[in-house]
Amino acid sequence: MTASLPVLVRGSDSDVSNKMAAPIALHLEFGGGAELLFDGVKEHHVILPDQSEPWDMKQLLVWIRANLLKERPELFVQGDTVRPGILVLINDADWELMGELRYELQDQDNVVFISTLHGG
Amino acid sequence: MCQVDEEYNGQLEHVATPSVSKKCVKCKESTAVLIIRAVDAFCRCCFKEYFIHKFRAMLGKNRIIFPGEKVLLAVSGGPASSSMLSQVKEGLSRDAPKKLRFVPGIIHIDEGGASGQSMEDRRRAVAQVESVLRSSNYPYHIVYLEQALNLPSSVLEVGSSATEKLQTGPSYKAAVDQFIQTNQNLHPDLFLENAWSHLSSLSMQEVQNGLSNPITPENTQALQRLFASVRTLTAKEDLLQTLRQHLILHTARTEGYTKVMMGDSCSRLAIKLLSNISLGRGASLAMDTGFSDSRYGDVVIVRPMRDYSSKEIAYYNRMFDVPSVFIPGLDTKAQDKASIQRLTESFVNKLQTDFPATVSTIYRTSEKLHTACPPQNTNSPTFDKCLMCACSLDTNAEEFSAFKATLISEQLSQRRGPGPGLSLGTAGAPGPPPASFTGQGQCRSSDEGQRQGCGSREPGCCLSAEMPATLDLKSLLCYSCRLTIKDMTAVDILPQYILAEAERKKRRSHMRKEISEFLLEEEDEAKTS
Repeated sequence: MTASLPVLVRGSDSDVSNKMAAPIALHLEFGGGAELLFDGVKEHHVILPDQSEPWDMKQLLVWIRANLLKERPELFVQGDTVRPGILVLINDADWELMGELRYELQDQDNVVFISTLHGG
Repeated sequence: MCQVDEEYNGQLEHVATPSVSKKCVKCKESTAVLIIRAVDAFCRCCFKEYFIHKFRAMLGKNRIIFPGEKVLLAVSGGPASSSMLSQVKEGLSRDAPKKLRFVPGIIHIDEGGASGQSMEDRRRAVAQVESVLRSSNYPYHIVYLEQALNLPSSVLEVGSSATEKLQTGPSYKAAVDQFIQTNQNLHPDLFLENAWSHLSSLSMQEVQNGLSNPITPENTQALQRLFASVRTLTAKEDLLQTLRQHLILHTARTEGYTKVMMGDSCSRLAIKLLSNISLGRGASLAMDTGFSDSRYGDVVIVRPMRDYSSKEIAYYNRMFDVPSVFIPGLDTKAQDKASIQRLTESFVNKLQTDFPATVSTIYRTSEKLHTACPPQNTNSPTFDKCLMCACSLDTNAEEFSAFKATLISEQLSQRRGPGPGLSLGTAGAPGPPPASFTGQGQCRSSDEGQRQGCGSREPGCCLSAEMPATLDLKSLLCYSCRLTIKDMTAVDILPQYILAEAERKKRRSHMRKEISEFLLEEEDEAKTS
């Protein structure tokens, strides 16, 4: 039963093994006050180290929390996901359409975090 | 998915959300990029149309803005007000027959003095906002919160409504015609206000002409002292909101604007509704969160963005490059429990993620709220409005109300204060002050050197000196403003205009009581006629 269900991956031409091994370069942006937690820097170009499994949003959040977040992690990440009130856009599309935390990151993806909260 | 505990590896879960192939629900052709209201997926073009249409529909449905009217846009630089500005630009610039037709101006208030920002940060933020405002080609006013300390006390007066008569007209068209006719001559009350407060508006004129910063360090320090004297963040935010309203109102009155557009979004208003209930502002909910707020009489506050959720606004700004500036405020990076407003915000946001209909349900509930009109309308206008927030006083409750019960329990749990003025019966109720002014001589009431007696020979014209400062204001304030004042360490740090107006109201109220036997009540007239 598992074999008949297709795996939804964008840019599915590439070989599965190639995708998993290469490090992923991402362009991250923070807006709406979220940049305050990152020393006021709004744009970040990051390269995620390669690992055996593909990177998904959940792991990206863990990575951001560990490497980019300068202060007050509870204002950005809550549990597994972003804090309620922070919108995420992946390549200018709502991440709810992409599967939210389960979306697998591709090379050169553009991920934007916009805070809609009053106090940033 | 068929069994409860079945294990799947991660790849299978992708299938549950069809992503790439989801089509826009409106045009059914393009790929959807955004989900609104939890189920509707829109593509880029349809979303833009939907967004623009909602703004015009909101203005068209509540026919309050007349063509040619001067409207002041309150732009804080944040996403919602910047979005509102871009919608106004869009609506006014169209060649379509249904072009919006009013005359906009913009006001931006720099609140950095209250939130403790450095001057360089404030200058930078204001410069950023100014570049956005300049690109709109509308006249703009940049006002500093420090100027709130120097407002005239006339700002607290409720002006007579210029458009009250117009709205009871037979139809919108007739009302518009009437408005255009009356607008030929400037409304007399507005003219007086203009002449009267011309001097105090000079400082704002300077800023508008791009002259050097009128804010002196003393002003900033005075403002910081004011906010430092407030103990809780809740009360600070409340006070900031009040000062902001007064500044906007003053600018609108002096520059001749009859309407003010605020950029409160649906999410923000839902949070405001719940937190206002917690703050004790339940009596004025309809005015605080409704589309139009006419508590100030001559200037009406409208909220055209109240149908947009913050998600829609953020997406629109991002996709269509609407510039907005983030300015840190009082509650930036504050914890969840730092203030009532913050707590409500985090509560609503958390609930919204699990139950996406939360905000819209609260919004729909707020639409159904209406203010019950008080029985006396314009007979005693100045006595029935709260001094600071200008909503109807809700503290003239009957003997056996819950409010009186809280007052009694408060008195009973307090230690008896020093001085003869503090007696059990006068706390909270607008009773007569203890008669301890010098008998036949001049009225010589002065309290902590701040307020001088008026020097007249009549007894009972001013308050006696023994009345503690907090009690002076309490009877003039609504319940929630009382709570805000209670959180301040000293009431005389309040801006001078508030204290002066309080003084004036007290004198008038006392005088009224003195001659109340000789006044013909309006109800008696009606009965006898």
